Amino acid sequence: MFSGLSFNAAPGDVLQVRGANGAGKSSLLRLLCGLLPAARGSVHWRGRAVTPGDAALATDTAYMAHAGGMNGELSVNENLRFALQLAGGGASPAHAAHNDEVLQRLQLSAQRHTPVHRLSQGQQRRLALARVLLSRRTLWLLDEPCAGLDAQGDAAFAQCLAEHAARGGIAVVTTHHAIDTGTACTRTLDMDQLEPHAGCPPDHRP
Amino acid sequence: MLVALPIIGREVRLASRRPMDALSALFFFVAVGSLFPLGVGPDAALLTAIGPGVVWVAALLAVLISLHRLFLPDLEDGTLEQLLLAPRSLTGIVGAKVAAHWLLTCLPLVIVAPLMGLQFGLLPQAVGVLLLSLLLGTPTLVLLGALGAALTLGLRGNVLLALIVLPICVPVLIFGSGAVSSTQQGLQAGPHLSLLGACLLVAGVLCPWAIGAALRLAVE
Repeated sequence: MFSGLSFNAAPGDVLQVRGANGAGKSSLLRLLCGLLPAARGSVHWRGRAVTPGDAALATDTAYMAHAGGMNGELSVNENLRFALQLAGGGASPAHAAHNDEVLQRLQLSAQRHTPVHRLSQGQQRRLALARVLLSRRTLWLLDEPCAGLDAQGDAAFAQCLAEHAARGGIAVVTTHHAIDTGTACTRTLDMDQLEPHAGCPPDHRP
Repeated sequence: MLVALPIIGREVRLASRRPMDALSALFFFVAVGSLFPLGVGPDAALLTAIGPGVVWVAALLAVLISLHRLFLPDLEDGTLEQLLLAPRSLTGIVGAKVAAHWLLTCLPLVIVAPLMGLQFGLLPQAVGVLLLSLLLGTPTLVLLGALGAALTLGLRGNVLLALIVLPICVPVLIFGSGAVSSTQQGLQAGPHLSLLGACLLVAGVLCPWAIGAALRLAVE
């Protein structure tokens, strides 16, 4: 699908992946999270080559696909609870408070008992984002997170991304929107040219 | 925390939202089993002779039609990717899904099966063995069927699923109906039941692992 691609990301980096439709943006993310094996080349995480199904990578990664990973029959709360249990999160009072805070921030508080199939596309996107936020992972791999989001959603997303980068997290995001992450070190990877435009020194190992 | 509980809880919740999905296998089983006495006619000796086989074939087909949607909704809404990426044992996740499916669709069927046995005029002890053989045999059928479902995931139509799964289910069918028939004829059911148990052990060890590998291939 694509070749000649090489890049590093250091803590605090936000890497924006751009490219024409079919350039392989989604495949790149699936490759990074370990759903796709690379035909050639390798993915390194914390200085170690990783293969599909790698446990160390899995405990650090939150992947947001085109499909939200939420069952339409279940409510927002039920879906989130299952996602967190799967990710290994607990159900302590501290978690519940954090849960409320994230839902409030993404304006999903009123929908928490609504079945997901009744949410709008933008709200489903916010819900998928809520899962990523609540998972407290280091590496975010977000596939078109802004699709269907309104201006307010875009702003909330950019703020979440900035805070994630400030905490030392890494995010790889495919989107055509300009992301305003404030002070975070944002780089752009153009899949059409296959050479990262270095905004930050590219000599870090992830 | 154990990964099985959230998965089984989720499946139970989903089944309670859409009870027909889980119960359709039960209705199919009852319908197929009841058609035979109507079609064959009121020959008691003949019905007793074919009873064990008919009940077992009906159970096999009922399990098979229920399996088509075992992984499909999860593939469509992206849950399957999240399951594969979870920092948990994939074998455990798959095992929990299969166990939940057995609890929700096969256990009702197993519970109703004795009534079906009586319908064919089986002896009381043969009905007991029928129940036992289905308890031992249907988990194996679900495991083998889930492997077929994982291998054919994303393909259109579910005839291929039937073609893959039916041949590998033949031993279970033979041992299962054999156990009931031998009891009916006054013989020991023990050997057949032991073989059913052995099938379950082998399938229980190998299938979850193979299903996991097939699911990984399916999302690639």
